[in-house]
Amino acid sequence: MTTYLLKRLAISLATLVLASIVVFAVLEILPGDPARLMLGMNASADQVELLRNQMGLNAPLALRYLHWASGLLSLDFGRSYTYSVPVIDLVRERLAVSLPLALIALALSTIIAIPVGLFSASRRGRAGDTISMGAAQLGVAVPNFWFALMLIYIFAVWLRLVPAGGFPGWSAGVWPALKSLLLPAIALALPQAAILARVTRSALIEVLNDDYIRTARAKGLPYRAVLWRHALRNAMIPVLTILGLQFAFLLAGTIIIENVFYLPGLGRLVFQAITQRDLIVVESVVMLLVAAVIAVNLIVDLSYAVVDPRLRSRQ
Amino acid sequence: MKLWKTLLAAAVLALATATSAFAARTDLVIGIPLEPPHLDPTAGAAAAIREVTYANVFEGLTRIGPNSEVLPDLAESWTVSDDGKVYTFKLHTGVKFHDGSDFSADDVKFSLDRARAENSVNAQKQLFAAIDKVDVVDPATVKVTLTHPQGSFLYNMGWGDAVIVSPKSADTNKEKPVGTGPFKFENWAKGSSITLVKSDHYWGAPAFLEKVEFRIVPDAAAAVPALLSGDIQAFPFFDPDSVSQVKDDPRFKVVVGATEGETILSINNKKPPFDKLQVRQAISYALDRKAIIDGASAGLGLPIGSHMSPANKYYVDLTGRYPHDVAKAKELLKEAGLENGFKATLRLPPTSYARLGGEIVASQLRDVGINLEIIPVEWAQWLDQVFTKKDYDLTIVSHTEPNDIDIYARKDYYFNYDNPAFNKVIADLELTSDEAKRKDLYAQAQKILADDAVVGFLYELPKVGVWDAKLQGLWENAPIPANDLTKVKWSD
Repeated sequence: MTTYLLKRLAISLATLVLASIVVFAVLEILPGDPARLMLGMNASADQVELLRNQMGLNAPLALRYLHWASGLLSLDFGRSYTYSVPVIDLVRERLAVSLPLALIALALSTIIAIPVGLFSASRRGRAGDTISMGAAQLGVAVPNFWFALMLIYIFAVWLRLVPAGGFPGWSAGVWPALKSLLLPAIALALPQAAILARVTRSALIEVLNDDYIRTARAKGLPYRAVLWRHALRNAMIPVLTILGLQFAFLLAGTIIIENVFYLPGLGRLVFQAITQRDLIVVESVVMLLVAAVIAVNLIVDLSYAVVDPRLRSRQ
Repeated sequence: MKLWKTLLAAAVLALATATSAFAARTDLVIGIPLEPPHLDPTAGAAAAIREVTYANVFEGLTRIGPNSEVLPDLAESWTVSDDGKVYTFKLHTGVKFHDGSDFSADDVKFSLDRARAENSVNAQKQLFAAIDKVDVVDPATVKVTLTHPQGSFLYNMGWGDAVIVSPKSADTNKEKPVGTGPFKFENWAKGSSITLVKSDHYWGAPAFLEKVEFRIVPDAAAAVPALLSGDIQAFPFFDPDSVSQVKDDPRFKVVVGATEGETILSINNKKPPFDKLQVRQAISYALDRKAIIDGASAGLGLPIGSHMSPANKYYVDLTGRYPHDVAKAKELLKEAGLENGFKATLRLPPTSYARLGGEIVASQLRDVGINLEIIPVEWAQWLDQVFTKKDYDLTIVSHTEPNDIDIYARKDYYFNYDNPAFNKVIADLELTSDEAKRKDLYAQAQKILADDAVVGFLYELPKVGVWDAKLQGLWENAPIPANDLTKVKWSD
């Protein structure tokens, strides 16, 4: 187990270093000058040059990479070109929205998907299965920005239960802040739940065909006990894999939903930074996300061992 | 039980009506599509900076009014010397910055000298180019000497880039703007909203509103439900395509005004075959402006025939210069030796007027034999490839700076246009302050651009505002980027 962990850590570290080089190189190749963007169409070329110098953009590429990368090591992510505040402050503000949102959406999606998957698998081929899998198909197919707009029209415009968008900040109180995350979390959770339900169902069906299930049934265990205790536990591995992927996506891939609800999330920060060529913000946030994805994968891998004791001895 | 409920409902209703009858609302939430990168109008070109701070937080010597007129601001009056080179401004007294420090002539000198300094990164440095020196006569009088008479000087001093800042806060205005205006900055929740509150000791007529929040709503589809739910009460810059969803709702007012944004099909004048006058004129004849306005901006926006807003006092109507005429366009192409047509590229920045208008322009030019390959580009890419490196054939963009016909006289500007006769008119304009003469020169300038068909002049970008019907005092037009809230109030 320890050697396994050490090996995993070494691989993770190498991935981070490689990612930092790729991210930096790709973004520097991107055409567009942050100084020109700041100054607009009326500024002279000399002035743009002046600002480039002030922003430190004229230093050699390798030097700038080293400066940035060594900063990362000491958790100094640099200063945003456009906002001229430390990147870490921007990220912290955005995470206060994105992290709770991702967690709520993930919880919602799990709460919906696992029972639906169980229900469907246990009634395979029957009407209940067809209906719930049809609904899941619909959930995958419906564009989530449209679904989000429908939620807004029903719950914000018509019923006036929640605000139509925006985020008041946690300083405004836990309930108002949570309330503004509710609709976006539902809009995000629906397609995720649909995918997760389908994965749960097919994993369960595969397990249910195994010999030991027949044995368990034969020794007189009730169907429900077999399903929950024996089948679900063994079907958890693909489900956990999908959950890990979904969490990484929910953290920063939610730009469309953030736009519809005008939430100040991480996705919008990256998007805005790309359009404004605030490269330092893009680079640093992408690196943070790479780190997050690696961490989530590590956790998922370790949790395999928790749900399946056989994997522990193999490692 | 039922009776109780009815009574309670009646009481709540009565209370609600009573309070609204006694005092009008004093808070306002305004939706803006883009978040400003920072809040210092003297250090960046983004219109969003001005849409929050202009006239609200920061003030200049003069200011631009809702119809493009020059009004006194921190300068209560001024005199101009006979040779037109010396402006003496009499300043308001008793003015304080929001941090409590006093405003005086020293701050004016500091601000103007800072903006025109060698290492200044003011985005509109050319506004200050004619200033030779700034002298403090006494705390309430400042004298600005120009190197040559400049007709537009008072107008220039009204731009957001020329606002007066305090030496104490000049370096921190990006994050925490400190001005002399009727509203002071309170809070900026990044990515979410910016809040201003009424300033306690404003020197002029106090604002009606106590608190204003600018909320950032990037998605046009989100703007409609935000209005309908009452979360946001005004969108001064609304997406023209969404207007149909709210225009019949009596709760809202839809106000269509003019901007200073000339939307044009820019042409690289040096790149063959666009260096031939006949080719550029053929393009102008091929364009059907009505169809473009209908498709790109929901039928809102006025056609233009040269580089001047129809709302501008110097405007001359030249829309009849090139009527939509496919036969004439083909004939001109034939004269240019291109009867079989040719291929070119059309680069489109991400704004909806460009992307939608581009499709229509491409189909109109195809009718005369010009086949365009559409290349969508990001804004940063556009600035880099098209604007800076001039590596393009055609592009669509809106030039939103006010009174900016002089860009056609700039050396190395991305049109690659160079006409000595036009440059002469612009040089004369710079030196002329007589209104009648200026009007005549502006007319000449517009006519030369139309005759040369420098670019395809399409239409003036409309300013579509939608707000609560009970809200008064927001600007109808946008002569400069601003959301002036000094006179905004709720009617009872």
